[in-house]
Amino acid sequence: MMAQTRTSTFPLTRDDVIALSERLGEPEWMREKRLAAWELAEATAMPTTSDEPWRRTSIARLKWNQMFHLQAPNGVSISDVPDALYRPLIGEEQGGLLVFVNGKLVKRELNPALAAQGVIFTDMASALHDHAALVQKHFMNEAVPVGTDKFSALHGAMWTHGTFLYVPANVHVELPLHSVEYAPGHMTTATHILAILEPGASATYLHESASPETDDLSLHLGAIELLVRQDADLRFVRLQNWDQGLYNFEHQRGRIGRGGRLDWVAGEMGTRLSKVFTTLELDEDDAWGRISGLYFYNNQQHLDIDTQQNHHALRNTSDLLYKGALKDESRSVWQGMILVDPGAQQTDGYQVNRNLLLDRTARADSIPGLEIQADDVRCTHAAATGKVDETEIFYLMSRGIPRAEATRLIVKGFFDPVMQRIPFEEVRERLDQLVERKLLG
Amino acid sequence: MSVALEIRNLHVSVENKPILKGVNLTVRQGEVHALMGPNGSGKSTLAYTLMGHPEYEVTAGQIIFDGHDLLEMEADERSKLGMFLAFQYPVAIPGVTLANFIRQSINAHRKAKNEHDSGMPIPEFRRFLKEKMDMLDMDHNFAGRYLNDGFSGGEKKRAEILQMAALEPRIAVLDETDSGLDIDALRIVSEGVNRLYGPDLGVLVITHYQRILNYIKPQHVHIMLNGQIAESGGPDMALHLEEHGYDWLREKQGESAE
Repeated sequence: MMAQTRTSTFPLTRDDVIALSERLGEPEWMREKRLAAWELAEATAMPTTSDEPWRRTSIARLKWNQMFHLQAPNGVSISDVPDALYRPLIGEEQGGLLVFVNGKLVKRELNPALAAQGVIFTDMASALHDHAALVQKHFMNEAVPVGTDKFSALHGAMWTHGTFLYVPANVHVELPLHSVEYAPGHMTTATHILAILEPGASATYLHESASPETDDLSLHLGAIELLVRQDADLRFVRLQNWDQGLYNFEHQRGRIGRGGRLDWVAGEMGTRLSKVFTTLELDEDDAWGRISGLYFYNNQQHLDIDTQQNHHALRNTSDLLYKGALKDESRSVWQGMILVDPGAQQTDGYQVNRNLLLDRTARADSIPGLEIQADDVRCTHAAATGKVDETEIFYLMSRGIPRAEATRLIVKGFFDPVMQRIPFEEVRERLDQLVERKLLG
Repeated sequence: MSVALEIRNLHVSVENKPILKGVNLTVRQGEVHALMGPNGSGKSTLAYTLMGHPEYEVTAGQIIFDGHDLLEMEADERSKLGMFLAFQYPVAIPGVTLANFIRQSINAHRKAKNEHDSGMPIPEFRRFLKEKMDMLDMDHNFAGRYLNDGFSGGEKKRAEILQMAALEPRIAVLDETDSGLDIDALRIVSEGVNRLYGPDLGVLVITHYQRILNYIKPQHVHIMLNGQIAESGGPDMALHLEEHGYDWLREKQGESAE
């Protein structure tokens, strides 16, 4: 045990975990859960490039001590958060809003009509007290179990804040729910998102992470758990625009029940290095899941996305599209897998990754995969990486459009199919501005 | 005074292979010229070179337009000066709508004339575009489709002429605009060009076949063979070619080479 403790090289101590739990005033069971996770993390070695999912992302030389800061800077408040981040997404109204600054809740709103219907949309610390049974039943049990790997175990031990969404059966949340986490400075945070849609429920939920640009090193360990029950329908949008000094390790998993639908959009723009595991579990018959991702990386940013579409039952559909643009010396890795269990007949699985290299020094690796154990299925995959097409540039320029503008149009056109899947104009515009900034920067 | 596009002793290579070997041709505003010739004679090379395609290397000669040396200019600058090329193979750009593309083009032209221009207001642009689309018998829904993406041959060529109508060039080169068009589409596209034609527009129609010249009437016909203009004449020459093919010219060129 001692030897393993040393090789783990991660600076989180048992005392840190206890202190964190006490500071958040947690119930006993959560503290026990944290400590069990901590022990598991200690017993689990850091992944290395000889582990298949980490082959193209080396973390051997990361200086965990330099990016590990559990204490929040004092005096954070909502005035630190740029207004643009929590403006209403459509019209004047939103269903609910949660804002965190350095892991601290600074704003919480929920439309009273939704609360009256039993909808819960709150910060995780409050949920632990007010909805203990629900949280205890689902937290890191079904979607992202603590034992998934080293980082899920660390997350279980040291998660700092998060959101809890619960929509009772047959309740339809028309107005969007929105949470924002803003992290100025170099504090370590570990965000936990748990969303449960009971049978026949529907909702649209947007979660955004951002921090102002800094050279300071920091760390984020995330977990996203989406539980979509029978005939429920969740539209989930996640935009990540952390600063380029931040290292991100994250597990995200959606489970979909019979006839359920999960429409998931992911925008990845920030971090110095990000390793994300994104998984769809199509657990029951006639489940439908879609993941639409876009990323635009520049400088020395490194993004590694591991996706799985796991088909466990009859007539499941999964559809995955990731489009990425890479500038400067940035690099992306996408490794995708469609898995079809024996007996998961009439599966329709689809996965595509396309990359646009804007500089010769940028690099994208695309590794699609299929593992099919049923015989009556349709699975398609495609991956392509290329430069901006000079023929396209010339065509645009021949109409008077200068080269830089032509490139901009082509890149934005490249992202357009994913943009069109984002349900809010406001969010599309915000992403569009991030794309513009990357193009200029 | 009318502006002229003057091509002087133009030599062009593609991947170090000489294609154009001394082309001389002048097209003025208000004139319609046809450039005919067999496959591989260099017609499209001339078209791309006039517009500034980077893969076409000019090894000798000049292209002068309105007193400017076009060879010193990028494609976008040539466009802003009033050059236009209707592509033989218009390029598909998924994700960019036809309307957005045309608006960006118009605004780039406006900005070239006045650097403080903030672009054509959107309502005005919509009216403007609808008017031009009606002229070409185009469904307005077309404006919202991705540029040339999944367009039929006829739709692509109409979209090219729509761009020409929107940019109001001084000299337009139509590179095999007739290829791949059925007779109705050919008529609509040609009528569109004829409506744009006037004292302020010079046109160079590059074609394989005489049939587009039944609609767009040239005053001058040139025949390109082996990278040079082998013969120039009046409209009758196109009909002569239709009947007799290019062999008589090849023989003639062969004799003069001996």
